[in-house]
Amino acid sequence: MALLALVPLGFVVVYTAVIGIDEAWALLVRPRIGELLGNTVRLTLGAITLATVVGTGAAWLVERSDLPARRMWHVLLAAPLAVPAFVNSFGWVSLTPKVEGYAGALLIVTLSYYPLVYLPVAALLRGLDPALEESAQSLGLGTWSTFFRVVLPQLRPALLGGALLVGIHLLAEFGALQMLRFPTFTTAIYDQYRSSFNGPAANMIASVLVLCCLLLLMAELRLRGHHRYSRLGSGAARPATRRRLGRATTPAVAALVGLTVLALGVPLGSLARWLLVGSSTAFPLGSLAGAAATSIGLATAAAVVTTVLAVPVAWLAVRHRGPVSTTLERSTYFGNALPGIVVALALVTVSIRYVQPVYQTTALLLAAYAIMFLPRAVVSVRAALTQAPPLFDEVAHSLGSYPLTTLRRVTLPIIAPGLGAGAALVFLAVVTELTATLLLAPIGTATLATEFWSNTSDIAYGAAAPYAALMVLISAPATFLLSRQVRRTVEA
Amino acid sequence: MTALSLQGVTKTYGATRVLEGIDLEVPARSITTVLGPSGCGKTTLLRIVAGFTDPDAGTVSFGDDIVVGNGRAVPPQRRGVGYVPQEGALFPHLDVAANISFGLPRRQRRASGRIGELLALVGLDSSLRGRYPHELSGGQQQRVALARALAPSPAVVLLDEPFSSLDAGLRETTARAVISALRAAEATAVLVTHDQSEGLSLSDQVAVMRDGRLVQTDDPAVLYRSPVDVGVATFVGGAVLLPATLHGGSARCALGDLAVSTGAGTDGPVQVLVRPEQLQPLPADGRSAGAGVAARVVEVSFYGHDAAVHLDLVPDGPRVVARVVGGDAPSPGDDVIVTTHGAVAVFPAANGVSR
Repeated sequence: MALLALVPLGFVVVYTAVIGIDEAWALLVRPRIGELLGNTVRLTLGAITLATVVGTGAAWLVERSDLPARRMWHVLLAAPLAVPAFVNSFGWVSLTPKVEGYAGALLIVTLSYYPLVYLPVAALLRGLDPALEESAQSLGLGTWSTFFRVVLPQLRPALLGGALLVGIHLLAEFGALQMLRFPTFTTAIYDQYRSSFNGPAANMIASVLVLCCLLLLMAELRLRGHHRYSRLGSGAARPATRRRLGRATTPAVAALVGLTVLALGVPLGSLARWLLVGSSTAFPLGSLAGAAATSIGLATAAAVVTTVLAVPVAWLAVRHRGPVSTTLERSTYFGNALPGIVVALALVTVSIRYVQPVYQTTALLLAAYAIMFLPRAVVSVRAALTQAPPLFDEVAHSLGSYPLTTLRRVTLPIIAPGLGAGAALVFLAVVTELTATLLLAPIGTATLATEFWSNTSDIAYGAAAPYAALMVLISAPATFLLSRQVRRTVEA
Repeated sequence: MTALSLQGVTKTYGATRVLEGIDLEVPARSITTVLGPSGCGKTTLLRIVAGFTDPDAGTVSFGDDIVVGNGRAVPPQRRGVGYVPQEGALFPHLDVAANISFGLPRRQRRASGRIGELLALVGLDSSLRGRYPHELSGGQQQRVALARALAPSPAVVLLDEPFSSLDAGLRETTARAVISALRAAEATAVLVTHDQSEGLSLSDQVAVMRDGRLVQTDDPAVLYRSPVDVGVATFVGGAVLLPATLHGGSARCALGDLAVSTGAGTDGPVQVLVRPEQLQPLPADGRSAGAGVAARVVEVSFYGHDAAVHLDLVPDGPRVVARVVGGDAPSPGDDVIVTTHGAVAVFPAANGVSR
């Protein structure tokens, strides 16, 4: 699997080597590259920071305070995942062109991607032993210092995993930024590919992008350290007592309302408006149903395949930490950091050259999805695995249960919420995946995302709207399932 | 009959020798405590018996069957050991009944009778069967963990510091419930602890471990009365160690001439071990004059059932501790006469050691 994940990376490296260092250098040292680098870096860092703050704050409010209507908020806060970033920017940009440029792009990608931090942090907060916080309070720490000195360090696996995911998404984001006319490496690669099918310039930009991803991985590696996050101490954890908000309730609710309006209200409202009043709005039932069925089928298959592949990777990373397993785990991240279009073209090139029969098959498309979305599944499965320490296995072994049985009876039930979360994340990602699908889908395979894109490219906003609405509708149950599964962990 | 026997078990982690040639025989249906300070290797020993770790050398046998050694290692699943870890480690996704029946064959898991029996055995009400681990107290969790370990009728039950995470009150009742459950189940058990009172009070046999070696294995009374060396003596209970001169079966020290319990040895300088409860401070009102030595009370620690009286022997003798029944304690500043009851154990002289 790691090898498969490295195919696109290898493709980029080999390609650079083939065109030669001199030409590569000439392609890289251009003012255009500097501008793209600046754009990409400030957008990525800005969005990681904002998404981390928003996601963690919201998770704390929902899991650790006496906020009213917490279940509803949990669903609403996870819901933006069901609205693809390019649909979100479609919603905004079709209302006002003012969102074009850096500030608008930062706002929209943050609103689209903060749930990637919110969900794992909320899940971990829920599983966190409240005794830690209580000890801190007894040591004289206030609410804030308890959060920063005790809770935050415990949240590191979820927080870093989520932030890394946000960064990786931004490095690969294409549709939303293209629509907002904010050029980054990814949109530049797409434009290059469109003008010259397999141009060296695009591949060189891709190499810089790979480098950025590598830096993210290094940063995470340094920050994560060698801690173990399994719970120590006697027995199972009690559910946490919630912090009373008191007079802070109103501002807290107002903040969440504002967040929800911006992240959900604007895109959905705009979509509804286009459905109702759009001049080009049409409802071709046959093609809508066909595209929906294709999207669901592909997403389900990809979710199963990817989650199954994520289990051994996460297992090695948590249980057998060492240079090999860490390298293995991180190598899988490369696929996600490469734009979908680079993954797709790498697979196209490699399959045409070496494994001709798989070219233009669904299997190749699923492979691309697995490469791209494995990190999502790994992050969830990995966080869940830290809740199932090796001690449980030993006890099960002493009770006569062999490794496979132990996996079925102990480990899987404990990590099931994490597996479900991982699968749902992959499902969501595939339903809304655009670029790789455009390139790799077998001829005649039309998904909701590709139909939406071809209509918006022609500025047929009304015609595009039904596909976007269906995409959101299909994503919604998976998002709901996701927020439920995160909730369920201790409630049994 | 010996249910569990270890011979020459050795384990090294990197450059650290964790276990060095451990020999231990555990009689069937008895409870053996491995007693030692933290980091002495006792948990590693337990993990080797359970099969979670393999020794570098030596054999472990259950009855007549070698489970590890001579180039073979039976996996933990087929050893039939019950394992109760320090944290209990109840499966958080299963209720009490499902936790207890975890190790039973599939057909027996549904039978509620067995679960009720096991809950009763560990002294828990059967209404707890539907609870989840986080709804139980620490003591209840440990009892359920024991019931789970006992359910498949294991050859040996291993308990790793099972009570150390419980608070004092819970600790004693839980320990008593666990021991009586083990006795009722006629189980062979090995318990690991760093708490000497737990070791002495709960078990038929105590093996004292130090730096990866077993230094003494005996029944609790013998261990307490005749420890093999000063280290064991001070580890298993309060001890007053005094330099003395051995002469013709009696030891002369600051407390006077004391009778010696063990086969004495050669005359000359030695040190004697006096347990605090062997010392009795009496009011210095003349009645006891001549039978003991004079001392002044420095400090009294009152525990309710008894009290520790810290004494300075007069005029400038060493400080000793006497343990007396709670109501009989003198007050600080009192002058007393200290008498010594029973024979004392003798060890080779150390260089001025007095603890």
